[in-house]
Formats: sequence, C-alpha cells, structure tokens
Amino acid sequence: MNGVHDMGGMDGFGKVEAEIDEPTFHERWEGRVMAMVRAMGAAGAYNIDTSRFYREMLQPQVYLRSSYYQKWLLGLEHNLADKGFVTESELAAGHAKTAAKPLKNGQFGLDDVERIMVRGCFERTPQAAAKFKPGDRVRAKNMHPLTHTRLPRYARGHVGVVERILGCQVFPDSAAMELGENPQWLYNVVFGGTELWGTDADPTLKVSIDAFEPYLEPAS
Amino acid sequence: MTDHDHHHDDHSELSETELRVRALETILTEKGYVDPAALDAIIQAYETKIGPHNGARVVAKAWSNPAFKRALLDDASKAVGTLGHVSRVGDHLIAVENTPERHNMVVCTLCSCYPWEMLGLPPVWYKAAPYRSRAVKDPRGVLADFGVSLPKETEIRVWDSTAETRFLVLPMRPKGTEGWSEAQLAELVTRDSMIGTGFPKLPGAPS
Repeated sequence: MNGVHDMGGMDGFGKVEAEIDEPTFHERWEGRVMAMVRAMGAAGAYNIDTSRFYREMLQPQVYLRSSYYQKWLLGLEHNLADKGFVTESELAAGHAKTAAKPLKNGQFGLDDVERIMVRGCFERTPQAAAKFKPGDRVRAKNMHPLTHTRLPRYARGHVGVVERILGCQVFPDSAAMELGENPQWLYNVVFGGTELWGTDADPTLKVSIDAFEPYLEPAS
Repeated sequence: MTDHDHHHDDHSELSETELRVRALETILTEKGYVDPAALDAIIQAYETKIGPHNGARVVAKAWSNPAFKRALLDDASKAVGTLGHVSRVGDHLIAVENTPERHNMVVCTLCSCYPWEMLGLPPVWYKAAPYRSRAVKDPRGVLADFGVSLPKETEIRVWDSTAETRFLVLPMRPKGTEGWSEAQLAELVTRDSMIGTGFPKLPGAPS
C-alpha cells in the first residue's frame, strides 16, 4: 500500500537526532511490547509480514505521531483482535472475558526463548528457475498494490542492475495476506542516484534494494 | 518525601500507553498465550546479551585475519556462524566493505530492519522519519548530521533493507593499530561505524 511508512525520498522531516548512550528501552513498557510482539508471532498468531502490514495500516496521522513502540502496540492490538485472539471488549476491560483461541505453536513459554534468539530462515525451494542474473538491467515495475509490498515507491519505474541473487525466499506480499509463502527469487538491485532523483542528485550515490522477482521486468 | 518524589511514586500517573500495555499483557497471560517470565527473558537478552559488541568482535576479527575477512565478505552468515560467541545470526547476513573508494550505509526506509544479532535493537534515530526518508536521497546530508564527511569523489552505496537480508558494514581499520589484538581492535568499533553513519574510534581517542 502507498502508506506513509514508505518514507524513502520524502522531505521535511528535519535533522537526524542521535541520542548519546541511548538505553535499549526508554520506558519499561517498550520492552513488554517488543517481547509480546515476538512471543505471539513465535506462538503462531501471525507471521512477520502480517505484523509489519498491521503497522503500515495505521492511519497516517496516527503513524506519524506515535513513537516506534506505540506503533508496535497499536499494530499488535489490531492484529490480535482481527484474528480473534483478543476482543475489543477485553482490551477495554484489561482482562480476559472469553475462551482462549488455540495457537498454532501453543503457549509461548520460557523454553521457547532460545529458539527466537536465532533468526528465522526465509529461504525456500524455488517454484521455477531465476529469470535474472547478475549484470542484467531490470526495471522496477510501476505497481501500486493496496496491500503489503516491499517495493518502495521511490524505486518504481526506475532501471537498475542486478548485483546479486539472494536465493528464493518467502514472498512478503503473499505472506502478509496469509495467502501462503509463495516463494520468489530475490535480487539485490542497484540504482544510480541520478536515475532515482534526477540530474541534480549526488553523482556519487548508488542505492540498492532487495527486490523480489515479481517486482521486476527486463529493461532493454 | 518531597512533593516531587511523591509525584514519581504515584502509580495513578501511569500513561495511557502504559495502561494499554498492562491490559494487553494481562489478557495474553490470562488466556494462557504467553508466560510473562518468557517476556522477561526476551527483554533481558536484548538488554544484556545482544548488542554492538557482537558485531565489533566480527569486525575486529576481519581486520586481524585476512582469511576470515574473505570468508565474511563471501558469506557473512556462514563466516559468523563459525564463531562460537555469535552464532545466532541466521541465514541472511551480508557484510559490505568500506574502502577509500566506496562508503556503505544501511537503512530501512519501510520500517526498521536492522541486524539485531550483530548490533542489538536499533536506536530511535534509525527507526525515525528523518533518517528513513533522507538516507536514500541525501546520504551526505545525513552524514553531516552525524558530524561525518567523506571526500567528494567517494562513492556512497546505500543499502535499503527491503527484504530479510541484513547488512553489516565492515569499516576501514584505523591507521596506527598495527599489531593490536582483536580485543583491542574491537574497542574501536562503534555501532554507527557498522551502520555506516560513523567511523571507528581512532587509537588514543577518549572512549
């Protein structure tokens, strides 16, 4: 979706303000939110792409005024309510009022913590041979799905060069909508700064994205 | 107790967000979805075990050991997997090398993708709009916000983390560190130098 989360190339947000000696969490609740998002995902309530899509679906004005972990909290509440793990009435009351819905992987307990500290693997068996190879010129499609996609707007319609093949991986556009993993070839594609931003751009700039094969078409 | 202290101890002062987080955790616990002790363990891991020191040891090893450096640039997941102390990196790590000709910088314009296992949880600025919006269009301007400048002919390569690949920048080894041990070198490697928004510390600089 063309949401406000897709920020690459937007102007007006001001300077980057780095905090010296920043703590891991600024408030205790931030850690609780991070841990709940990880735990409920590992328990099988949703996959990582669905979780991202719920944050992207926050209204733009809410997205922009919320802190990072506030976005995580709001996305988690909506996600769990939509999937029937919690109800609006429970969220308002702050207590369980209905029976639990079974989780695919069962309760997330202490024994599960080690498992999620190892990053998941997204590589899958290919459905077909890769269409592109390193050195190929490709155009990022001019596409505007209303649902989750990982093709940023600033790259759409522009021509780049395939630099690496990154294997065949879970396709977020399908997984986010719970339409299956639909594995697709993934490429690192590099674009010149002037191709993306015009002739006034920094001539020394190159930007790469990781693009799934359905995002790309051959460029002559 | 002064009024000021009292204010801080007063639990009725919980913010709306804190109340919502408590409510949600209570529901998830009552329904048997999560064990709160498991949440504690996740938080503790990110607060105490997983941080930029993991990435710093990898960088220091690459600076000291040419064979490891080649292996790291060839297949970072595999190379890091051979180190006992940071073996939890998963399968999709790529290390990119800074050279006098090319400087690398990592961003996630769409959200906050970041090599957690190497660097810990990302800082607020990495996840915030100013960095995400500008890194791909005006990286020199972003670097200036960090007090960093590059020669004008240096190529800048920005890696937008739009899939599950995670990128670790291998910064250039500072001059004047000949003969240093890996442990000494690791002390020079900053978090920002592994994102590409900073350089390693110089030998003798205050830490």
